[in-house]
Amino acid sequence: CGIHFLVPFPRSVPRHSPATCVQYRLVVRDVNTLQILHLYTCLDQIVHMEWSSDSLFILCAMYKRGLVQVWSLEQPDWYCKIDEGSIGLVSSRWSPDGRHILNTTEFHLRVTVWSLCTKAVSYIKYPKACQKGIDFSRDGCYMALAERRDCRDYVSVFVCDDWHLLRHFETETQDLAGVEWSPNGCVLAVWDSCLEYKVLLYSLDGRLLSTFSAYEWSLGIKSLAWSPSSQFLAIGSYDGKVRILNHITWKKVTEFDHPATINNTKAVVYKEVERKPVVGSADLSIQHHITMGSTLFNTQSKYEICPLPVQVPVVKPDLDRANPKVGVSSMAFSSDNRYLATKNDNMACVVWVWDMQRLGLLAVLEQTSAVRCFQWDPRRPRLALCTGNAKLYLWSPAGCVSVQVPAEGGFQVQSVTWHCSGDSLILLGKEQLCLCYMEVGEEEEEEDDDVK
Amino acid sequence: MPESSLEIKDTSCSSSRYRMSSLRQYSQSSVLPLPMTRNPYNMPTISAFCTEDNVSECISYINREVSSLGFPLLCTESNNGPELNLVDVLNNVYNLLQLHRRCLQTVEDIEVEQVKSNSNMDYLQLSNTRLKDQLELSKRENTGLLERERQLQLKVKSLHNCLKNEKEEVQKLQSIIASRATQYNHDMKRKEREFGKLKERLNQLLIDKKDKKQTFEVLNYVGRSDGKRSLWKTGKTEARHEGEMYKTLLNDYDSRHKDLLMENAELKKVLQQMKRDMVTILSPRKHSQSGEKHDDSLEQTSSEEDEVCDSSRESLELSCEHAREQLTNSIRQQWRRLKSHVERLDSQASLVGERANMNAIPKEVHEQEMDRLKLEIQQYKDFIHTQQQLLQQQLNSPCDDETASLLNDCYMQEEKERLKEDWKSFEEKRKNFEAERRNFTEAAIRLSHERKAFEEDRATWLKHQFLNLTPFGDQMKPQMSKSQSALSGWAESKVRPVSTPAKLNKSLSHTAFSTSRASPAKTPSTADLYRTHRLIPEKSPSTIHPKQDSSILRNGDIPAQLRHVNGGANC
Repeated sequence: CGIHFLVPFPRSVPRHSPATCVQYRLVVRDVNTLQILHLYTCLDQIVHMEWSSDSLFILCAMYKRGLVQVWSLEQPDWYCKIDEGSIGLVSSRWSPDGRHILNTTEFHLRVTVWSLCTKAVSYIKYPKACQKGIDFSRDGCYMALAERRDCRDYVSVFVCDDWHLLRHFETETQDLAGVEWSPNGCVLAVWDSCLEYKVLLYSLDGRLLSTFSAYEWSLGIKSLAWSPSSQFLAIGSYDGKVRILNHITWKKVTEFDHPATINNTKAVVYKEVERKPVVGSADLSIQHHITMGSTLFNTQSKYEICPLPVQVPVVKPDLDRANPKVGVSSMAFSSDNRYLATKNDNMACVVWVWDMQRLGLLAVLEQTSAVRCFQWDPRRPRLALCTGNAKLYLWSPAGCVSVQVPAEGGFQVQSVTWHCSGDSLILLGKEQLCLCYMEVGEEEEEEDDDVK
Repeated sequence: MPESSLEIKDTSCSSSRYRMSSLRQYSQSSVLPLPMTRNPYNMPTISAFCTEDNVSECISYINREVSSLGFPLLCTESNNGPELNLVDVLNNVYNLLQLHRRCLQTVEDIEVEQVKSNSNMDYLQLSNTRLKDQLELSKRENTGLLERERQLQLKVKSLHNCLKNEKEEVQKLQSIIASRATQYNHDMKRKEREFGKLKERLNQLLIDKKDKKQTFEVLNYVGRSDGKRSLWKTGKTEARHEGEMYKTLLNDYDSRHKDLLMENAELKKVLQQMKRDMVTILSPRKHSQSGEKHDDSLEQTSSEEDEVCDSSRESLELSCEHAREQLTNSIRQQWRRLKSHVERLDSQASLVGERANMNAIPKEVHEQEMDRLKLEIQQYKDFIHTQQQLLQQQLNSPCDDETASLLNDCYMQEEKERLKEDWKSFEEKRKNFEAERRNFTEAAIRLSHERKAFEEDRATWLKHQFLNLTPFGDQMKPQMSKSQSALSGWAESKVRPVSTPAKLNKSLSHTAFSTSRASPAKTPSTADLYRTHRLIPEKSPSTIHPKQDSSILRNGDIPAQLRHVNGGANC
C-alpha cells in the first residue's frame, strides 16, 4: 500500500491469465483464482507489457532505458534482455509467431527484428511514424509496414516466417496515417491523414484494387474498422458519419449519421438514469458521513427506454485546436458481423449500435458520463462499456443492463477487456483490477484484486 | 331729366326686358297676328299696333309702359281728352333710343363674351383631351416602370441570396482552411519538436562519441512455436512465399466467386419465378378483354411460355450474356405489361367509383344492405342473449335429483366411458394373464412329470452304470451328455419356476433362499416371461439361440438368465 503511480501503466490482457505490472514488478495471476503464479522483477519501470501469441512469454519494455526484457512462463529462470543502446526505443511488440520482437528505435529510424530462436537480426529502414504504421494479418503470415522515403509513402509487405520482403509499393497518399489488413488477409486498407479523406485498398500482391474518397477539404478519416467476415469496411470520419464499403465493388453501401435528434422508430434509446440515495439532513454524524460517502460513490443506476424523438447531448468542440473532438473516433464490429458499435466524439456520452443486416440504427445508449471504452464479446453479440465510474454496462439485443462493481472506494473503470472465451471480463481501473465472470444466462461478479 | 331717367332706366332695365317680352307676348297673345316687317336690326316692327280707333288705348298703354320705365309721360289726361306732350314724347323717344342703343351695346358685349367663352371652352376641351392622353401615357409608363422595379427587386433578392450562399461557403472554406492550418501547424510543431530532439541527440552522440551498441542477452535460444527449424533465405523460399501468397489470394477469390455464383443462381431463380408469376397473373385477365388484344396476348403469353421453357432449358447457359439479357428483357416487358394492366384497373376502378358517386341508387342500395345486415346482427345478438339467459336459468334453477345427477354425471360421462374402456382392456389383459398362468402351471406340471421321468431315468441309468462298468458305457455316452444337460437343466429349471407363484410351495425345499427372496411375490412381467421363454430376443452378451422346446435349456443361456433372475430377486 502507499505506492503512488506517476505514470499510468498499461496492462495488456492475454488469452489466459491477467498479468499486471506494478512499477518494475510483473505479476502473473491465474484467471480463475487470481492467485499469483509468477513474479518477475525488471530493471526499470515497465512502460509496455505484452504477452506472446502462444502465451508462453511476456515482453516488458522500458522505453527510457531502451531495454526490453522477456520472461518465460514455463521456465521462470529463463531470461532475455535486449538493450537498444544509444539508438533508443520508442515501441516494442511481438511478432505473431511469438518468437520475434520488433523494436522501433527513437525517431523511427529503423525497426529491429530480434529473434529468440536464432541469432539473426533484421533491420527495416524508414518506418513511418503514424497512427498505425505496422499491422499483422490475422493468420500471422504477413506484416504490412508503412514507410516514408523522399517525401513519399510506401508500404512493405513482409512474410513473418523469415521476414522476407514480399512486396514494396508506393501509395497514392499525401500523408499515410495507417494500414490495416482485412480479417481474411487478402486486402490491405491504407488511409490518409485527416487532412485528406482517402482510403486505398490494395490486394495482398500489391495491386491497387480501389480508392474511396467521400469529400474534399474538410477533415477526413478518424477511424477505420473491418467487419470480421471482411465483407464490410467501416470508415468513421470527422463529419460525424460512418461510411460502409462493400468488399465486392468497394463502393459505399450506406452511410450512418449521428444526428442530435433521433427520430428513427426502429431504434431503442436507452438512457442511463441514476438513482441518488436520499441524504437525510438531520442525521449527519461522522460515521454516517463515511458510509454515505461510499454509497455516494456507488449510486445505483438503471436504464430507461426513452420515447422518440430524443435529443442527444452535443458538446460543441473547439475547432481552433488540432485534432478536434468531433467525428467518429471508435468503431467496433461484433464477432458475428451483425452489429456495429460507434462513438461520435461530440456526443461522447452516447454509444450507437447499428444493425448490419438491416443497415439501420438499432439502439442508442446514453450514459451519464463520457464513454471511455467499449468492446464486444468475442463469442456473442454482447457489448461491454465503461464510462469511468464504478459500473459496468452491458448491451445485448435482448436488452441493456448496468452492473455495479462491488468495490470499495472510488473504483473507476477505465477500460474493459474480454477474455477470449467470452466468459470473463477484466475491468481496469487506475490502481485496481477487477475480474468479472459471466455465467451462462446470468452474470456474477467476482471481487477485485488490489494491485498495490 | 336725363339723369333721373338714366337712374330710373338702370333700375328698370330688367323690368324693361320683362316689359319687352311681355309686350311681345301681349302683342302676340292679345293682338291678332299683325303684319310684321323687318328692319336692319332685325327687329320685327309692328306697323299696325296703333290705328285710328285705338289711339287712346295705345296712348294709355304707352304711358303705362313709359312710366314704368321712369320716363315722363307721353301725354297727360286733360279735360279735352288725352293730350300728347310733344316734348315728352320726343324725350321718351330719345330715351328709348338711348336705351335701345345701350341694349344693343350690351348685347354686342355679351355676344363677344360668348364667343370668347366658346373659344375658351374649345381650347379647354382640347387641352383636356390632350392632358388625358398624356395622363394615360404616363400611367402606362408608370406601370412599366413599376414592373421593371419589381423585376429588379427580385433580381436583387436572388443576388442577395447568392451572396449569402457565397458568403457561407466562403466562411465554410475559411473554417476548413483554419482547421487545416491548425492541423498543419500542430503537425509542424510536432515535427519541429522531433527535429529538435533529433538534433540534440545527434549533438549528444557527437560529443559523447561512445556509442552504446545494441546488445542481446539470452539464456538460450528457444525453439520456434511451430517446432520447425528455420530455413535459409533462398530463391526457393522466396518462390514458395510468392506461391503461398497467390494461393491465399486465389482461395479467397474462389470462395468469393462461389458465393457470388450461388447468389446469382438464387437471384435468377427468383427472377424466373417472378416472371412465371407475372405471366400467370396476366394471362387469365387477358381473356376478359377485347378480341384482338386477346389474340395478341395469347400469342404473347405463348411466346412467353416458350421463352420460359427456353430459359429453363438454357438455365445452364444463363451465364452467357445473351440469355441473361433475354431474361431481364422479358422480365422488364412483363413488368411493363403488369404496370399498364394495373393502371388500367386503377382507372377502371376510379371510373366505377365515379359512376357510383354520380348515381344515388347504388349508394342507397348499399345503405339498405347495411341496415339489413345491422338488423340481422341485432337479431342474432338478441338470440344469443336469450340463449344465454335460458342457459343461466337452467344452471341456476333447482332441478330434481335425477336431472341433477344426470347433469353431474354428464361431466363425468367421458371419464366414465374411458374408465370403462380401461377396465375392459384390463379385464382382457387379466384374462390373458390367467390363461398364461394356466399354461405355465400346465407347463410346470408337465415339467414336473418330465422331471420325474428324468429322475427315474437317471436312477435307472445310474443303476445301469454301477451295474455295468463295462464297455457298454459307450452306448450310454450320448445319454450321459443328455442327462448331464438334463441335470443342469433340471437344476436350473428348479430355480426358474420359483418366480411363478404357483410353484412356490413345490420347490420350497430345494430353493429356500430364492423363495424367501421372492416372498414379496413379485409377479414377473410379461416381458420377463417372454424372455425366459425366449419368445423375444435377449439382449444379453450370450448368444441368442433359436426358439426351442422350453423344457430343454442350453448351457449357454443359463448363466445370463440365472444372473438376470437372481439380479431381479436381489433387488
